[in-house]
Amino acid sequence: MDIGNILILAQKELRDARKNRWFLLYAIAFTGLSLALAWVSLSGAGNYGLAGFGRTSASLINLILLIVPLMGLTLGALSLAGEREQGSLLYLLAQPINQLELLLGKFIGLALALIAALALGFGLTALLIAINGGGAQISIYLTLLLLACLLAVASLSIGFLISATVKRGATAVGLALFLWLILVFFGDLGLMGTALVLELSVDQLFALALMNPLQLFKIAAILDLRNNLEILGPVGIYAFRTYGTQLLPLLISLLLIWIITPFALATFLFKKRGIL
Amino acid sequence: MIEVQHLTKHFGRLTAVDDLSFTVQPGEAVALWGANGAGKTTAVRCLLNLIPFEGSITLNGIDVKKQGKAARRLTGFVPQELTFHDDMSVAETLTFYARLKKVPTGTDFSDLLARLSLMPHIDKPIRDLSGGLKQRLALALALLADPPILILDEPSANLDIRAREDFLFLLHNLKQAGKTMVFSSHRLEEVTALADRVLLLEAGKLVVDTPPNELEQRLGWHTTLHVYLPEQSINPALKSLTTYGWSVNKNGRGVRVQVKPGEKSKVLRVLYDAGIEVEDFTME
Repeated sequence: MDIGNILILAQKELRDARKNRWFLLYAIAFTGLSLALAWVSLSGAGNYGLAGFGRTSASLINLILLIVPLMGLTLGALSLAGEREQGSLLYLLAQPINQLELLLGKFIGLALALIAALALGFGLTALLIAINGGGAQISIYLTLLLLACLLAVASLSIGFLISATVKRGATAVGLALFLWLILVFFGDLGLMGTALVLELSVDQLFALALMNPLQLFKIAAILDLRNNLEILGPVGIYAFRTYGTQLLPLLISLLLIWIITPFALATFLFKKRGIL
Repeated sequence: MIEVQHLTKHFGRLTAVDDLSFTVQPGEAVALWGANGAGKTTAVRCLLNLIPFEGSITLNGIDVKKQGKAARRLTGFVPQELTFHDDMSVAETLTFYARLKKVPTGTDFSDLLARLSLMPHIDKPIRDLSGGLKQRLALALALLADPPILILDEPSANLDIRAREDFLFLLHNLKQAGKTMVFSSHRLEEVTALADRVLLLEAGKLVVDTPPNELEQRLGWHTTLHVYLPEQSINPALKSLTTYGWSVNKNGRGVRVQVKPGEKSKVLRVLYDAGIEVEDFTME
């Protein structure tokens, strides 16, 4: 494997992402909403036991859960299917590079673009908080940025897998949006419904929650913010009592598995079917 | 040298290429010729190991399946149409592909660009280039690392007549310079102008492997010759040509003659010997 080729392709992806109107729209929306949330949080700082970065982090969790997976999934879904449809993927692979280099280059480039967009949103929001004198609990805020980056890259990886399995860019984006809808809106409801119908125990319900990368992020972010999971009810209490200090590393490891596994599957499928 | 052995490619139940075997000697230009759907493009993609296939292909002794990257390093590929990187300039595109092809940094491409008349367009975004210029750029990209083998997929399919003639002239010069070429085409004039050998594909099978000048003979084709004559010469011409056994009939400003391969000039000689003035002629 040639690292040089991967870097060249990653640079190209970064460049292309800067000109991708959907990506720009998401990035601007995320930054704008982050700033708005920070502004609102700062105006009522201290009333609810949280201030500065901590309070903004709490507000940001729902925004991240909504926008970040959408960014990652759509960007990933368009990456291979769109270029396959255009014919540019075929031309790239006619060069002295191999499929893994191409996929890694594209993945790393897009992951960096997502991380840069999140860093911009978080950075400007941090600046606003700092200017207004709310500098407390910055470590919570930084951990939230790390978790958001992991969620973004995991979503990108799932989008990549969708992109490797379908031929058309429009189909890939459609599937990505459908999956986003399921993960975001039906994640909690589905869990509750399943628990009621199947009469699941708390440990089973917790195991089920761990299968959704958005739930992983949510649990990790709340744990980071409050240092306990009482807000999540019996399942949260069970998880916190069972895993204790190992819970955050466990959740981060599972998010990493959500990054590696879909990408590995995408690579396998892409190699198997070729560029057509 | 290119060696293709028992190349077979299935798409579901469809056999796109069926047990195709051929070799291409260094410096030789070989055309994969056939109608749409004959398997030409699939064969070209297999040569670059872009799709999985059965059989074996080696480029200068390198197995494309086992050492795809090394094999592709020996080739320059010209697709049917350059359909990407619309927002990148010609210079940026050249730099990007030069880096992928490991062309040493600082290499001067001005000679290559001048040869392909791309110099005045170096700063233009690709979306502003005409079809002919895009195809020239594709050729420039293929030649960046000066590879010994060129693989071209219907290189002039999307060009107008003028651009096609210019492009064929460039390819002819590259052939003269010793490049080994494999190209797919469905245009007979392109094949006869450029190829040393023609491989006729039908439904994925190799039907004929022949030099282009023997193609008509091998296929048993008849050519229709339209000979334009003065009004008073038409009947004498009909009489003279009929005695040689050709199928002849009157056609507006002259006569129409069905001839076997290799007999076209004989028609003109017979008319000349009979003292009949030929104003013009066309072939069909």
